[in-house]
Amino acid sequence: MADSPKLREDQQLLELEPLTENGHGSEKSLAGSVSRRTFISGLGAAGLVVGAHPLAIAAEPTSEVGAQESSAVAAAVLINGKKYDIAGLETRVTLLDLLRERLYLTGTKKGCDHGQCGACTVHVDGRRVNSCLTLAVMVAGKEVTTIEGIGQPGNLHPMQAAFVEHDGYQCGYCTSGQIMSAVALLKEPIGPTDEDVQHGMAGNICRCGAYPNIVAAVQQVRGHSVNPVAS
Amino acid sequence: MQTFTYEKPLTLEKAAGNRGRFIAGGTTLVDLMKLGVEVPPAVVDVTGLPLAQVEVLPNGGLRIGAMVRNSDLANHPKVQESYAVLSQALLSGASPQLRNMATTGGNLLQRTRCPYFRDPSAGACNKRNPGTGCAAIEGHHRMMAVLGTSDSCIATHPSDMCVAMTALEAVIVIEGAKGKRSVPIGEFYKLPGTTPNVENVLEPGDLITHVELPTPVAGAKQVYLKLRDRASYEFALASAAVIAHVEGGHVRSVRVAMGGVGTRPWRSHEAEAALMGKAATPANFRIAAEAALKNAKPHPENAFKVELAKRCVTRALKMTTA
Repeated sequence: MADSPKLREDQQLLELEPLTENGHGSEKSLAGSVSRRTFISGLGAAGLVVGAHPLAIAAEPTSEVGAQESSAVAAAVLINGKKYDIAGLETRVTLLDLLRERLYLTGTKKGCDHGQCGACTVHVDGRRVNSCLTLAVMVAGKEVTTIEGIGQPGNLHPMQAAFVEHDGYQCGYCTSGQIMSAVALLKEPIGPTDEDVQHGMAGNICRCGAYPNIVAAVQQVRGHSVNPVAS
Repeated sequence: MQTFTYEKPLTLEKAAGNRGRFIAGGTTLVDLMKLGVEVPPAVVDVTGLPLAQVEVLPNGGLRIGAMVRNSDLANHPKVQESYAVLSQALLSGASPQLRNMATTGGNLLQRTRCPYFRDPSAGACNKRNPGTGCAAIEGHHRMMAVLGTSDSCIATHPSDMCVAMTALEAVIVIEGAKGKRSVPIGEFYKLPGTTPNVENVLEPGDLITHVELPTPVAGAKQVYLKLRDRASYEFALASAAVIAHVEGGHVRSVRVAMGGVGTRPWRSHEAEAALMGKAATPANFRIAAEAALKNAKPHPENAFKVELAKRCVTRALKMTTA
């Protein structure tokens, strides 16, 4: 396991929440890794940087931004219901890097960094997008939802619980992207079959090959039964 | 990624004519900026412009704002009903996430996936660095084009949407420093020739504001058929957009466009001419497909595309006339 990240002066470590029992058998087996995630996501929640500078880019999506002389700006972004005023944001910073490197919301993963693997999937105004190809400055005034925003240990989103139940992962690296994609898929016009789900989840690569279990988890949450896999 | 300045105008007046690089979905541009292929000093965010509507025109056609996202366009009721080939093409492209980001205007300007274009360390690429040569011709070119190529470039146009729009005879509306103009999609893209870096008729400061689709061809069936290495999330090896009207067993009207094989979205007037008035039979479809690929110039690794594209066109014609 990696060394614990060092805290800066403006950060504080949140106390670890104990893993609560919800009668969900297979969630217990995750105890070790969940507590590590709780630690890191706790850091993320505490690690927000509040800018002291006046905003150049206001929270309203309708705000005009005039030509900037500098390649660093200030922006207000709403993430998981919390407003983050970010100062000194370089225009070239992607939403993915803002989440992970500045706000320590490390649940969102960097895979290919070129929009090909889906590990970085988040929701912007309720729609799933690749955060690696999204410039952070362009989500000013928009609402971003990450894996930290849809559920927490002890209060899992039904899709998270279904992934646990169906073992929809192996190494887990693609999982937050898979779940964010699957949650968005619930609101999209996608047909009822397993094949429809496969196509709907095509933007998320799983190198471990947990695909059948992922389809089973998604279908359970959608209320569809899974077609038996031909042997 | 190199640094750049950023601005976000909210009116067309402030955006059109701007010499910065326009950005909307960012799915091509941010990718290429990370690779160092695109290094714009100034980026102009056009997502705040009022261009996100799909409107039905009085003449029955469709006017699509440049900022309409690919997923919204694909799922628009009017598109599904009257321009099925466009909906099918859009849904066959990229991934759900990318379709949520990519815009109509941006997709028109999607750039090639040629690995030599995408890798500055590869050296020779006349599209990325004019005058340096084309490493693909003697290198890895399995995915490259067989139609419209030149000694300077064999890069494939990667879009599915544009192939459907070519068959639909879309018109691209442009707002530029000199005002507004409309360009039929058939005249929008340039062949590589000796200047593959010049891909279309846009001048500096030109902004695509809309795409207009003419009234759908009455009585015609539409199909987009895409063949690729895997079932989804992959670029076409060969694709075909066919709009055909068959009456009494004979072809009354037909349009054929191809993807994955051309240096631009490829309209085949040759295939259309071979079919007009003819009996809608598999034998005639094959004759049309032969005509479509008559001028193909394959290279060793992509020679398979010639036969694949013929079968793709033949199959798509069968599907529209079944």
